[in-house]
Parts: sequence; structure tokens; C-alpha cells
Amino acid sequence: MKIHEYQAKAILRSFGVPTPEGEVAETPDQAKAVAEKLGGGVVVVKAQIHAGGRGKGGGVKLAKNPNEAFELAGKIIGMNLVTHQTGPEGKKVNKVLVEQGLDIANELYAGIVIDRSSGKPVVMASIEGGMEIEEVATNSPEKILKEYVDVEHGLQPFQARNLAFGLGLSPAVVKKAVPFFMKLYRAFEAKDASLMEINPLIVTGDGNVLALDAKMNFDDNAMFRHPDLKELRDLTEENPYEVEASKYDLNFIKLDGNVGCMVNGAGLAMATMDIIKLAGEAPANFLDVGGAANAERVEHAFRLILSDPAVKAVLINIFGGIVRCDMVATGIVEAAKKVGVKVPIVIRLQGTNAKEGSEILKQSGLNFSVASELEEAAEKVAAVVK
Amino acid sequence: MAILVNEDSRIVVQGITGGEGSFHTKQCIDYGTKIVAGVTPGKGGQEVDGVPVYNTVREAREKKGANVSLIFVPPAFAADAIMEAADAGIEVLVCITEGIPTIDMIHVTNYLKDRNSRLVGPNCPGVITPGVAKVGIMPGFIHKKGSIGVISRSGTLTYEAVSQLTNRGLGQSTCIGIGGDPIIGSSFIDLLKLFQEDPDTEGIVMIGEIGGSAEEEAAAFIKEHVTKPVVSFIAGQTAPKGKRMGHAGAIIDGGKGTAKEKMAALTAAGIHVANSPADIGETMVRALGR
Repeated sequence: MKIHEYQAKAILRSFGVPTPEGEVAETPDQAKAVAEKLGGGVVVVKAQIHAGGRGKGGGVKLAKNPNEAFELAGKIIGMNLVTHQTGPEGKKVNKVLVEQGLDIANELYAGIVIDRSSGKPVVMASIEGGMEIEEVATNSPEKILKEYVDVEHGLQPFQARNLAFGLGLSPAVVKKAVPFFMKLYRAFEAKDASLMEINPLIVTGDGNVLALDAKMNFDDNAMFRHPDLKELRDLTEENPYEVEASKYDLNFIKLDGNVGCMVNGAGLAMATMDIIKLAGEAPANFLDVGGAANAERVEHAFRLILSDPAVKAVLINIFGGIVRCDMVATGIVEAAKKVGVKVPIVIRLQGTNAKEGSEILKQSGLNFSVASELEEAAEKVAAVVK
Repeated sequence: MAILVNEDSRIVVQGITGGEGSFHTKQCIDYGTKIVAGVTPGKGGQEVDGVPVYNTVREAREKKGANVSLIFVPPAFAADAIMEAADAGIEVLVCITEGIPTIDMIHVTNYLKDRNSRLVGPNCPGVITPGVAKVGIMPGFIHKKGSIGVISRSGTLTYEAVSQLTNRGLGQSTCIGIGGDPIIGSSFIDLLKLFQEDPDTEGIVMIGEIGGSAEEEAAAFIKEHVTKPVVSFIAGQTAPKGKRMGHAGAIIDGGKGTAKEKMAALTAAGIHVANSPADIGETMVRALGR
């Protein structure tokens, strides 16, 4: 799960990580009020969307006074912000974060992720603040300092010192940076984060260390023990199809093609997308209906797939294991009748009771095309789309 | 011979009284698997399909000589269940549970470091040695006793591959789903080692997917240490960046972990890579020179 910058900063502050002072605003009037509350001087108005590259896209502006903050907030709120992470369609901005302007002496980078190979969280720091860390990793990997954390003991002060001195900070600033890293890691651990990025982390003219930006993603599997985090989810930031799918516990991801897919199992669902591509067409979605694949789930899945006008045909690929294909076929027939499916449907059933399932489909009187092999199914669906 | 589970495997099912646990216990028994005990704390003394239920794994081990555990415990309690089984001295732990927090799995893998237990999973279909023992949720009938080892990050895609092998007369020594999570107990490499040493395994199918670098690491290992033919397929060639494709671990992060990179690394290591998921069985036939 992703959250906004202002929400991530609130979490960080609760762990004692210093951030600039500021508040979120949903209207220009609120933005002006926040700017006044901050003393009436220079403030930064920052668009709040779940994507990076906001500054380059024109979503982060400097205001000299509260009136300018009002004006800029008016321009940014409601704008469609396009960045390299939003895709060409962009994202609508609903809120801005208004923060005090600071005297920045140095821009650095700090991040924490789980390193899958070593099975450890890794705290990273770099002098290349403000840059895309992936770019730094590709072009000059030596500029990324890493400390791997033993989770049974947590990040140790010496590791934080390794990072702080490694960044070339003066002893006085290291004294501020060490507790900064320690608190950052504590927040990461306590909140079951999967990613944390402070980019940039800044050193001010008077030697203070602050998180100027903050990004936090969380482990979806750990949400059961963080009811407070669940409340931070912003549905307007997510694809509406995917929000709808999550209501029915369906794993659904919207793609650009025109062959709708319904598959049981995530790996087979990806493989089905791949074979559609190999047959010369493109998948309209990823959809794992899960192990149960009963009439109700299939019905929801149909509705989701067919609500996309780009979908010209649907490929259903079910490998019956514990789930019997005859049961799935009955579900497909019921759901197709209920939903009133208009596009051609190719169904491939394999595994437990596949023959019985195919019979049910053939005798349903509905316009199904039945295949028994994966390749045959992909070719059939590609042929009807063309 | 086979690997991980064989004639001597005596299985304890943790979470046996739950819906999933009781359903699959029966399926495993019907396949001929020796399920000797179940564990659900507080339900000791009950029976599920004639299998005695105990309160602790230790008791199941002492009274029934269990040496393999099949775990269906819900995500919030699964890490504890895995550690309990390891502490009781169970040698092979197969965890089916999906949805265990990553940090819990890091604690589990640390806990297992000083112990003699091997964990498979979580978030996996389990392990089957065809004709001998089914320790998982896979459909038994698609398998056939034979000499191909199968290792996969997926569930139903593994069934697809197995069925292609069986249809071409290629039976399997052991099939293992290693799980779709970012942190798992056994890696491709751990199991490649076992298959390389297993005299009953002639060829190996390795099914990977987008996310992480396990396939690249496996490719390097195979190049150095595996002399048996290896066939591979990577799911997710059409997956978009930054989206979790169902499995918690199946995500292209920061442009890393794409199917393209993985397929290139595998091909460079001399592995037979199938471009299409429909060609896994046929590619193995060719790799064996048959």
C-alpha cells in the first residue's frame, strides 16, 4: 500500500524524525492560512499524488508569501499532473502540502528496502540527493552506501555512523544524522514498511538534518496488525477497476490490450498473458480468480473485464486441481447468462473433470469456443479478435 | 530416492482442524501419504479423518514420530507455527499459508539458520513425490512417477508444466513449489543442489517469474554446478513495471527483475529456455535428446 508524502511525514514525526513544518490543504484558502500560520514568509506548495517526479511536472512551487501560496495552490489543486511515474494520462491533484521554506546547504538521499537475496532490510544513503536512485544505481553504484540490518538487533549506531561519515558530513552534522537514521529505521520496522525513501534528505545552513520529502510503502500482508495505516489508503489514487476488484478479493491489474483474461493462479495468469502476446494480441488485464473460482467470483470477474470497452474477446484459462472443472464450467455458464456477455469467449479447461466441464460449456447454448490446450486457446482468441 | 519427501516421510498437519487443513488432509491421505498426526492448539484429543490431533508439534513428534510438517496455519500465526515445528525437530517444513508479513518471514529464516530443518514456502502448493507422498494442495492425478525434478515459484502454472511432462511420458521424481513471496525458506539453488545429487533425477524444470533475482542467481549456480539438463520458463514477459502480479514477490521494482533479464541470464548459462508456457514439456523432451 502507498500513502501520500504528508501522511508519511506525520508517521516519521511520530518517531522523532525531523521534517519541515507544514500542513496539508485542500483549497487555496486553506493553503494561505497554513502559509500565514508558518510565519508569512517563503513556503513550498507541493502537489500530493502517489507518484514521484512531481517537481519536474510542475507540481512543486515556491511561494514568497501567503498570497502567492493562495495563487499557486489554486493552480496546483485540480490540475492533472503528469510525471514519468504517472504515465501520460497523469493524476489529478486533490491536495497540496504547504511547508516552510528552508535554507538548504546540502541535498542527500536516504532509503530503506528489503533486500530479497540476503533476506535483510538494507539502509541506503547517497550524496546524490534529488536524483532517481535507480539512475544512480545504474550509472555510479559506488555512490550508494549500504548497511544491511540484522532484524534481531535492529540498525546499530555504528552502522548509522558508517553512513553519516561515508556521506562526508562534518562531525557536528554526523551527530544529527546518526539519530536521524536510527529513527528512520525504527519507523520502517514498526510500521511494516516495504519501502522508505527520503529524497532529498537535507542539511540546512545551520547544520540541521531533515526529511524534505518522504515516501513510504507498506507490506500488504502486514495490514492486519496496522488498522491505523489502512485508514490512510486513498482510493482516488488507485485504478478504479482495481479498487472494484479488491472489493471482491480478486487480483486484478488493468493493462492496455483487448483480450480480457480470467485465470486461476497468479503464475498461470501471467503465463496466459504471455501466450496471448505470442499469438499476436495483447492482454487487457491480469486477473487471478483464485482457487475457489465459483459462480459468484466468476460473475464479478466477468463484470470487471467487460466494463472495459477495449475488450473484444475473453480468454478463460482454468487448470482444475482441487477445484473441479465441471463446477467452474457451471459457474461460467451461470455468470455469463446473468451478465449477458456480448463478446466472444474462448475457454480452456484442463485438469480435474476437464471433459465434463467442456460438455457443460458445449451444451449451454452460449457462444463459447472450447479449447483443451493452452496454445490452441491463445490462437483461437487471437483469431476472433483480428 | 527423490528429494525432501519419500516412503519414510511421516507427516504432521499443523492447522488440521481448519477448513483448508481438514480438506487437504483427506486429499493427501487418499493419495497414500502417511499423515500420522495433526496439531491445533487447544484441540488435542480430537480426530480428523482418523488422524489424532495434538496440542503441540513436540507431542506429535514424540508420540507419532512425525518428521515432515504440512502447515495451513493462518498468516498472523504461521511464523510461530513454522518455528514451533523446527524447534520440535521436524526435518522438512512445508508451509502453504499465503499472506505472511515479510518481516515475520525474515525472523523465521533467521531462526532456522542454526537448526536442521528445511522450509519450503510459504505461499506455495507444497511438495509431491509422485506415487509416494503428496505433501501439499496440488492435484495428485496429473503427476506420474519418473525422473524429472520440477521447481517453481507458482502453483497452477506448475500443474500446467507437470501435465505437459506427463502427457509426453516424462514422469517426475519430485515437484516443489517454492512459493511466490519475497522471502522464502528454500531457494531455487537449495533445491537444484538436491536434484543434482539425486540419482533418480535426470532433468530439471525450473519455473520462475518476474521480481527479485533468484533466477539470475540460479543461472550462475547451474552454470557452475549442475550437469543435468535444465529447462526454464519465466512468467510475466508482458507484466507492467511496478505492479504486484498476484504474488507478493512478483513485481518489477525500479526496472529490475524483468522476464527479459532473467531469460537472458538463463540462456547465457546454457539453460533451455521455453519462450511459451505451452512449450515447457516439449523443450524438456528436446533437452533430453529424445
